[in-house]
Amino acid sequence: MRPAISTSRAVVAPVILGVAALLIWQLSVMAFDIKPFVLPSPVEIATQFGKNIPTVVQASTVTGLNALIGLIVGGILGVAAAVLAAIAPVLDELSAAVVAALSVIPIVALAPVLYTMFGAGAQTARQIVAAIAVFIPVYLNSLRGFRQVRPVHRDLMRAYAAKPVQVTRTVTLPTASPFIFTGLRIASSLAVISALIAEYFGGPVGGLGKSITSAASSSNYSLAWAYVLGSIILGLLFYGATLGLERLASRHRPSA
Amino acid sequence: MTDQNATATDGGSVAASAGAGATRTATAPDAVTVSGVSRVFGSRGREASVTALDDVSLDVAPGEFVSLIGPSGCGKSTLLRLIADLDQPSSGQISVFGKPARRARIDQDYGIAFQQAGLLPWRTVAANIELPLELHRVGAAERRTRVGDLLSLVGLDDFGSKYPDQLSGGMQQRVAIARALAESPRLLLMDEPFGALDEMTRERMQNELLRICAETDAAVVFVTHSIPEAVFLSHRVVVMSPRPGRIVDVIPVGLGSTADRGEALREDAGFFDAVGAVREALHGHPVSAGPATSATSTGSAGEAREGANLCEPSGRPAGRESR
Repeated sequence: MRPAISTSRAVVAPVILGVAALLIWQLSVMAFDIKPFVLPSPVEIATQFGKNIPTVVQASTVTGLNALIGLIVGGILGVAAAVLAAIAPVLDELSAAVVAALSVIPIVALAPVLYTMFGAGAQTARQIVAAIAVFIPVYLNSLRGFRQVRPVHRDLMRAYAAKPVQVTRTVTLPTASPFIFTGLRIASSLAVISALIAEYFGGPVGGLGKSITSAASSSNYSLAWAYVLGSIILGLLFYGATLGLERLASRHRPSA
Repeated sequence: MTDQNATATDGGSVAASAGAGATRTATAPDAVTVSGVSRVFGSRGREASVTALDDVSLDVAPGEFVSLIGPSGCGKSTLLRLIADLDQPSSGQISVFGKPARRARIDQDYGIAFQQAGLLPWRTVAANIELPLELHRVGAAERRTRVGDLLSLVGLDDFGSKYPDQLSGGMQQRVAIARALAESPRLLLMDEPFGALDEMTRERMQNELLRICAETDAAVVFVTHSIPEAVFLSHRVVVMSPRPGRIVDVIPVGLGSTADRGEALREDAGFFDAVGAVREALHGHPVSAGPATSATSTGSAGEAREGANLCEPSGRPAGRESR
């Protein structure tokens, strides 16, 4: 049963490495008497995390909701834009420069501008930043997916005199769905990061980003790290969920 | 002009096909009529144009099994695609059951199968077979019954809930044939459907196709590059030559009706005669033999061909006794 051994190894090995790293971290903080503002010990962070679970969860909910809204809106727009670009390649050619620009500029830089546009009291700016960050990978991956339709399937749908809507629903979308979900998986982490970083530039309090900055500015360094731990968990949740969806969408596909 | 007609009744295609079918059966037009069809590719830009088909004419009677055979590049697949209206001729006319090819496609007068099974991998076998029915708004209950019938017709009763990646190549191709038969078409277009299968599976599939054709009474246009396959299946074998694609010869096989054909036919003397005749037409008559054949067998061309024929794997005379 070699596969079983290798899977248990695949799980056990990283766990051992992680535990070892935490141990070295803890021991070096103790041995070299590192100050908490430089680096608090794992135990201290864990204690703060444990004590503040309700507030960490609350902050994660705020940031997570912004990221989720951004993921959904950006995802829908990305897929819709890809559908249009696949139907009319001229749209793809026209928008290529804009897409390239969007994919290289740091979207978070827009946050301060958006806060003044939508008011510093609203979450809108953060959701928009997340949505734009999500849009690009979803659009690019979906467009690639739509181009994977096999000629034999296209011929078949033509032979069935299928209407464009039927072709999209029965062949194009299912063919592209593994690619769409790969885009969403890549985008999921971007959504969390963007929503969180956008909080650094203003807007209402309550999210993880705001909590990290306010904890750090009030010299509560291990609490700041506890929020960082919270955002890591939030990011993993998003990633895990979208990875699951991707796996689901890729069942029964030859390779890929 | 035909385009306008076609689009005008696009919405009620099912009703239109039923009406047309009823009125036309009295006159019984040919299943397929191809007259003076040419197809030229790549005429624009710098590319030199390629004449895939040059002035091809062919009629297929209702219920008739016709094979198109020829070397690659002879335009046999192109001709099939033109009949299916997956492509349009550069000149000439094609009609299917007396209507323009486009109308026939919209009315779903034919079923089609390709060399690749072309199943949708995210759908179960049953869902793949019912795809055309679903696209044409056939009710769920009726679909289920029809799929059940088709599954038993192709001998896959227990596989309805499986996914294509769980089936062998031969089984996938059977699913594709069932899908092509889903709407009980009176014409089946098949583009090397068994081309990717091994010889054993291939012969079994040929037997099954004959049985299915006898049961459904559909006309078939069958593209292949296998001489024994063409002879075994067909009433007539259309031999084509490449560059430009032309019909060289049409050989009536005369080995009985579809229903009467069976495994025994493969060992029939008439079968070997017909294989020889098709081979001769395919390689050109002794005087104009292809360069490869003429170089090796100038002296006794006929004899050499006969020998080559018997060595053909599907002819398999040596292995006959052992079965």
